[in-house]
Amino acid sequence: MANLQVKIWRGAEEGEFQEYEVPRLESQTVLDVVTYVQRRLDPSLAYRFACRVGVCGSCAMSVNGVSRWTCRTHVSKVAPDDKLEIAPLRNLPVIKDVVTDMSEFFDKWAKARGRFTGSKTRKDAFAEVKPESKQRKAVDAAIECIGCGVCYSACEVVTWKPDYLGPAALNRAWTLVNDVRDVAQQERLAAVAGDAGCHACHTHMACTERCPKGISPTAGIAGLKRAILSATLKGEM
Amino acid sequence: MTMNTRSQVLLWGAQRISAMLLAVCVVVHLITIIYAVRNGLSAAEILGRTRGNVAWGGFYALFVAAVAIHAPIGVRNICAEFGWRGRGVDILMCVLGLTLAMWGFRAVWAVVS
Repeated sequence: MANLQVKIWRGAEEGEFQEYEVPRLESQTVLDVVTYVQRRLDPSLAYRFACRVGVCGSCAMSVNGVSRWTCRTHVSKVAPDDKLEIAPLRNLPVIKDVVTDMSEFFDKWAKARGRFTGSKTRKDAFAEVKPESKQRKAVDAAIECIGCGVCYSACEVVTWKPDYLGPAALNRAWTLVNDVRDVAQQERLAAVAGDAGCHACHTHMACTERCPKGISPTAGIAGLKRAILSATLKGEM
Repeated sequence: MTMNTRSQVLLWGAQRISAMLLAVCVVVHLITIIYAVRNGLSAAEILGRTRGNVAWGGFYALFVAAVAIHAPIGVRNICAEFGWRGRGVDILMCVLGLTLAMWGFRAVWAVVS
């Protein structure tokens, strides 16, 4: 097998691509390639990973221009010509090489009131949520997000409007809007409404296209828009 | 100063509803144009059909209203993505909407009255 020609971003916001030659192996993932570079060619390369199997969501990078989990991306799928260009995720500040600062990404989850607010105590009985109920199904469709940032990196609206909450935070808010136990619904709808919230979404669907978990944040954002309009018309906003 | 969230939501709603109207109005308008051109109607013949016609007057008045609502909200969104936001742009968009409405209603009046 031929060697891979790999370009990896080096530096921070300012920097350049550096070229490496990496042996092409059977069933090789992009994360394997990055790891090879760091272990064998250049130990100063900074990158993030933990589980290697698509559970933790920490190894997302831009691979040949597309945001992906590198651990679940086979080289054969993305580099038919044995060329790889690996860059940090878009729309996030770069700390070093392909490591981005995710704090703003997660701060936006907090801004979107992405935490559960209940009213029951341990002395109350369990809430009964029917699996076939409309709300539970909406939650099921969106709940598997692991916060990897791929959708946020793929979103054009985040690029144009840096204060936009982004698909992941809004998707999280949508799961809580459909959580019948949650008691902070009005505050949450107010937090995700408006020009920096769900109403900024252009329905490009890049998030839906790229989400490695097959979630459609676009559908959740559309749901938020409907819920907010209805709350506004009822005078609850 | 930024607009309050409730107003932002109402603007979004107004843009959606005006878009639905425009989808219908544009189709009807195109069919009308094609009909008029293919049948070689003269300006006098067209005016003969529109003058005093409440239905055409009402239809085009609705069309103009939808344009005057839809266009400024869309341009405001585009401005926001190029980094131009706030009171200044909002006032300018009101002016744009009123200008479009004025021109449009004037044109409708000219063919109906």
